[in-house]
Amino acid sequence: MNFDLRLPIGALFTLYGTLLVLYGFFGDRAQYARSLGLNVNLGWGLVLLVFGLGMLFARARSGKRQ
Amino acid sequence: MHINLGAIDYAVIAIYFAFVLGIGWALKRSMKGSADFLMSGRSLPAWITGLAFISANLGAQEVIGMAASGAKYGIMTSHFYWIGAIPAMVFLGLFMLPFYYGSKARSVPEYLKLRFDEKTRGFNAATFAIMTVFSSGISMHALASLLQLLLGWQYGACIAVSAGIVLVYIFLGGLSSAIYNEVLQFCLIVAGFAPLVFLGLKDVGGWSALQEKLIPVATGQGYAAGTWTQSWSHLGTATANPMGVEWFGLVMGLGFVLSFGYWCTDFLVVQRALAANSLSAARRTPLIAAIPKMFFPLLVILPGMIVIALPHVAGHPALPLTADGTPDYNMSIPTLLARYLPSGVLGIGLTALIASFMSGMAGNVTAFNTVWTYDLYQSYLAPGRSDRHYFWMGHVATVAGVLLGIATAYLASAFNNIMDLLQLVFGFVNAPLFATFLLGMFWRRATGHGAFFGLLGGTVCAAVFHGLSLPSGAAPGLKGAWLAPDFVFRSEMGQNFYVAIVAWSACFILTVLISLVTRPNKSDAQLEGLVYSLTPRQAETEQRWYRKPVVVGTLVLAVTLLLNLAFR
Repeated sequence: MNFDLRLPIGALFTLYGTLLVLYGFFGDRAQYARSLGLNVNLGWGLVLLVFGLGMLFARARSGKRQ
Repeated sequence: MHINLGAIDYAVIAIYFAFVLGIGWALKRSMKGSADFLMSGRSLPAWITGLAFISANLGAQEVIGMAASGAKYGIMTSHFYWIGAIPAMVFLGLFMLPFYYGSKARSVPEYLKLRFDEKTRGFNAATFAIMTVFSSGISMHALASLLQLLLGWQYGACIAVSAGIVLVYIFLGGLSSAIYNEVLQFCLIVAGFAPLVFLGLKDVGGWSALQEKLIPVATGQGYAAGTWTQSWSHLGTATANPMGVEWFGLVMGLGFVLSFGYWCTDFLVVQRALAANSLSAARRTPLIAAIPKMFFPLLVILPGMIVIALPHVAGHPALPLTADGTPDYNMSIPTLLARYLPSGVLGIGLTALIASFMSGMAGNVTAFNTVWTYDLYQSYLAPGRSDRHYFWMGHVATVAGVLLGIATAYLASAFNNIMDLLQLVFGFVNAPLFATFLLGMFWRRATGHGAFFGLLGGTVCAAVFHGLSLPSGAAPGLKGAWLAPDFVFRSEMGQNFYVAIVAWSACFILTVLISLVTRPNKSDAQLEGLVYSLTPRQAETEQRWYRKPVVVGTLVLAVTLLLNLAFR
């Protein structure tokens, strides 16, 4: 079966990460009172983005080797 | 409690739905026969089946129920992992999968047919099929009533959408689609709950502050100060802890009988390992699963402990109240979601919740369609038809399974404590099962009659013992004592553990006795590959240490032991 799950996982988390980071930059900041003053969208968005890109990178690398 | 979603949260949920359906769509082309659809053609790598192995079990019971228990009982809840799931998963990987996978059985009931006889398989297949439909219905019901409460979405619409999406992606891509999606769901569950735990713990002031704040929770209910944060220290008597069990009932009932019964014989989880691409990958499946699993208490139990430690509102914990005025422990995770997560991360958190329910539901549907198609339909209703026919029947069973699940969801509205109810069902049907498998795999003299009547006897004994016992303070009826209130337990959980112990012992003794007086119905040659002593030992083929099941299994057990000691 030539289906590599790293592609959809990588794509989904890259998309989520980008969305959260952008929203963290441009979205309404007042709501972060709820999250103890932390801009969790920016912070967690970056983590998800790195995870997503890591998955895509791993897939691209193993694709080249074959 | 009500949560307001922003546009970005809706976008996050919608993107998730699109990906889930997309995976099903992408796999449609590789579905060529019933083995692709129902068994993934035995083609998946171990890390995929391993993560799916955890996810398939992450239904309503796990996420909502474990957080509820975390609030109700504290860290003792982690016994469900540290003496429950993990040792059983290691045992499955090291000792049982060689027989499941090596025998080429397509399902757990089919193993019973190869090892024992037709009637044992029939009994197991039929009860299992009913149980999976029941569980997927409960999962759907829990999701729909939660979304209705939190977001004001309509109950019927939630059922239709969640069931519809699961139906479509399984219908398109079969077991592979369910498994790949379970891995995705696993990642989402971590991504959604980690910020929740981080913020909650930060708000409370860290672990040591949490320990301090849980002291009045314990003493307020008449228990010793550390009861909520020490998992072993208060197990001397059933009256010393809120679970209402003592160490023997816990270790034997939960740790041995229920956990091994579930993790080692339940086709819902074993099916994931059977989809692996080699015996080595199959054996590593539950071992790889055990590694994140042992840290799951952090994600699912800790939220409950945090919520109960938060400052009281008007004299009661920071949880909404149920109709009878007690805190609604099942709302632990939703309470934290509403309290800490701003739009954006909130969408991820809600998606995690939805994903966990869907993975649980999909796990049940894929187990159901396989057992129905191979063990019930092909065996009894229409044997000897072409594979095309069974391929078609697999699809029909998928639709039927989802529809029956929906019907159960509406029935399930009548019950509220999801976890205790599931425990009860496991007690009757699953508890005796492990005795049957243990004897089947490790005692070649066990016969078909012995296995069948042992299983039947064990299930009957479970029901009878339930009928003779009662949790203290409960009214006779659904809670037990419908025969006589001869045994009174501190709690329903304690009662369930002892029901399981009785069922297992009865099944074990009956199977041995009946086997000894009946003639063996299989020759030694027929039992090769099915029984330990008659199966040639295979040399370890893996070179690297981290791919050797024995090494990984030992490491997993060692870390689990450390966790038990650290939080004793």
